[in-house]
Amino acid sequence: MAAHVESATPAPAILQEVNPAVLPRPVLVGHNRSFSWITDKICGIIEGPTPTWWWVCFAIACCVASFTVAGIIYLVATGVGVWGHANPVNWAWDIVNFVFWIGIGHAGTLISAILCLLRQKWRTSINRAAEAMTIFAVVCAAIFPVFHVGRVWYAWFLFPIPNSNYIWQNFRSPLEWDVFAVSTYGTVSVLFWYVGLIPDLATLRDRFAAVGNKTRAWLYGFFAMGWRGSNRHWSNYEMAYLILAGISTPLVLSVHTIVSFDFAVSLIPGWHTTIFPPYFVAGAIFSGFGMVLTLMLPLRAIYGLEDLITQYHIDCMCKITLATGTIVGYAYAMEFFIAWYGANPYEGFTFINRAFGQYWWAYLLMVSCNVITPQFFWFKSVRNNTTFVWVLSIFVNVGMWFERFVIIATSLARDFLPSSWGYYSPSIVEIFTFFGTFGVFSVLFLLFIRFLPIMPMAEIKAVTPQADVHAGHDHH
Amino acid sequence: MSAQPYGVIATFESSAEIYHAAEQVRDAGYKNWDVIAPCPIHGMDKAMGLKRSIVPRISLAGGLTGFCTGMSMIWFVDAFDYPVTVGGKPLFSPLFAFPVSYELTILFTAFATIIGMFVVNGLPMHYHPAMKYPKFRRGTDDAFFIVIEARDPRFNAANTKALLAKIGGKDISDLEA
Repeated sequence: MAAHVESATPAPAILQEVNPAVLPRPVLVGHNRSFSWITDKICGIIEGPTPTWWWVCFAIACCVASFTVAGIIYLVATGVGVWGHANPVNWAWDIVNFVFWIGIGHAGTLISAILCLLRQKWRTSINRAAEAMTIFAVVCAAIFPVFHVGRVWYAWFLFPIPNSNYIWQNFRSPLEWDVFAVSTYGTVSVLFWYVGLIPDLATLRDRFAAVGNKTRAWLYGFFAMGWRGSNRHWSNYEMAYLILAGISTPLVLSVHTIVSFDFAVSLIPGWHTTIFPPYFVAGAIFSGFGMVLTLMLPLRAIYGLEDLITQYHIDCMCKITLATGTIVGYAYAMEFFIAWYGANPYEGFTFINRAFGQYWWAYLLMVSCNVITPQFFWFKSVRNNTTFVWVLSIFVNVGMWFERFVIIATSLARDFLPSSWGYYSPSIVEIFTFFGTFGVFSVLFLLFIRFLPIMPMAEIKAVTPQADVHAGHDHH
Repeated sequence: MSAQPYGVIATFESSAEIYHAAEQVRDAGYKNWDVIAPCPIHGMDKAMGLKRSIVPRISLAGGLTGFCTGMSMIWFVDAFDYPVTVGGKPLFSPLFAFPVSYELTILFTAFATIIGMFVVNGLPMHYHPAMKYPKFRRGTDDAFFIVIEARDPRFNAANTKALLAKIGGKDISDLEA
């Protein structure tokens, strides 16, 4: 000890200065593009002539959508019996498709709300399209429960509106909670999307006015509400946007929680489990990111948006898909463990039946698509291969549809009483109606990319180095 | 040029320029003035000396209204107006009323926030004197402006223009009302 004190230059116990390694920040906009480049690039998509591929895709999408229209007309004219439901499976593709589409929507809200709160700046270039995806997915989802009520002209009975029967809705039922959850979700998603669009609509208004296109300048201007980029407005706008992100986060978590209550609150073996809410939310985000990748990768290639959706963005999306897919895999394993550990013979039987019973093929598809597929995203070489990522994203979509099918059909087809066991097969009307929803979704999405800015220009500008008032040399 | 102009406007080419210019306009004591920018600029509220937005208070009011609406509606329909016992459950309990009230809290908060933001901002307002500025179009693209209104007590056409020129403003011009 004494020797230490006497030494001429004692080594300091604490370093005077720490120089942590500076990790390079990933670039959010490639090639250090200027504000006007961003405006021209994104507005150019709307202002240019309609590309031939757009008309081809639009025509195909309309044809596909007509299957849903035809299926619904036939159902309304005939009755719900045209779908394949029969005892004991009285709830099948309609709820499967509903949960599937709602789940897809959740990634849009995750990107726009949760990633906003977490200050993940990479969300800016994908959030507009992802929010559009959310809204269109909710539209597709809503078709199924609304038409499953049978006499669709009474669908307003779902809402607490006084009617001539003097009977109110049963608010003890999770199905009634679901009505509120989904309608709130749809409404708030539209509002959030619209608020984000306002500054960009103003940009379009000014650009169309400059070239003398009065009709479109008026239309965009009408919805831009006279936005003029005033900072006094930006101040309130940013606050409103933050609050909307703040309330959309618990909203998106609650929506799929309540969707899972539709099952978890019942007593059916395989449904009556407490793991359902987190498991459904993780699955929803997983499937939604699958769909975001499916939609954004072709858009990026067609419109040459590589500087705005960089490899870093794709990496981030792949990693979230990997994380949520792994959570889903964990939930599958934990369900089995609890079925055994809980020592309930019905529960145990249901899970053995799920994996090895009559629907073993669906279970196998579900596990291979949802658990094995995302594991490829551990590898950088896979994430860098855009085509391969796109193919994997399709597998995720397929797998998550089968997850809902497995949960719903296997539990109902083999419940408590062997005398009531059955096997469910969809009718052709059901298959067509579901097939057509991809067309409905595509029609809406194609209209969106044709007429609205597919990326939030103002938000992208705000994360570029040019928007940094200290120009990188004075951070505080 | 009308007798009483709305104010004067000047262009700035970068966010750093407008940020420092805004600090100087604030320090010169102006109150009725504004910055126009194509995107929100981090720190600009401080540079302009703006107070915190009041939108959150409107949101809170909306949220509380939504929650109370949900709880009272469910009590009214299930326990008061037409009580029906279902599954032996109580006619009213805040537990089963919670999910719907929770969703209505969010729904009402969203509407209050957006309507509140529009009202506080005075939108929709499809005409504004700044829109007559020939370069206004670039304000939603890549340029930044400072507008100082004539109704500001410190406004003086010559001095205000001199200030804008001193702090780096280009294309300084009067705005008609």
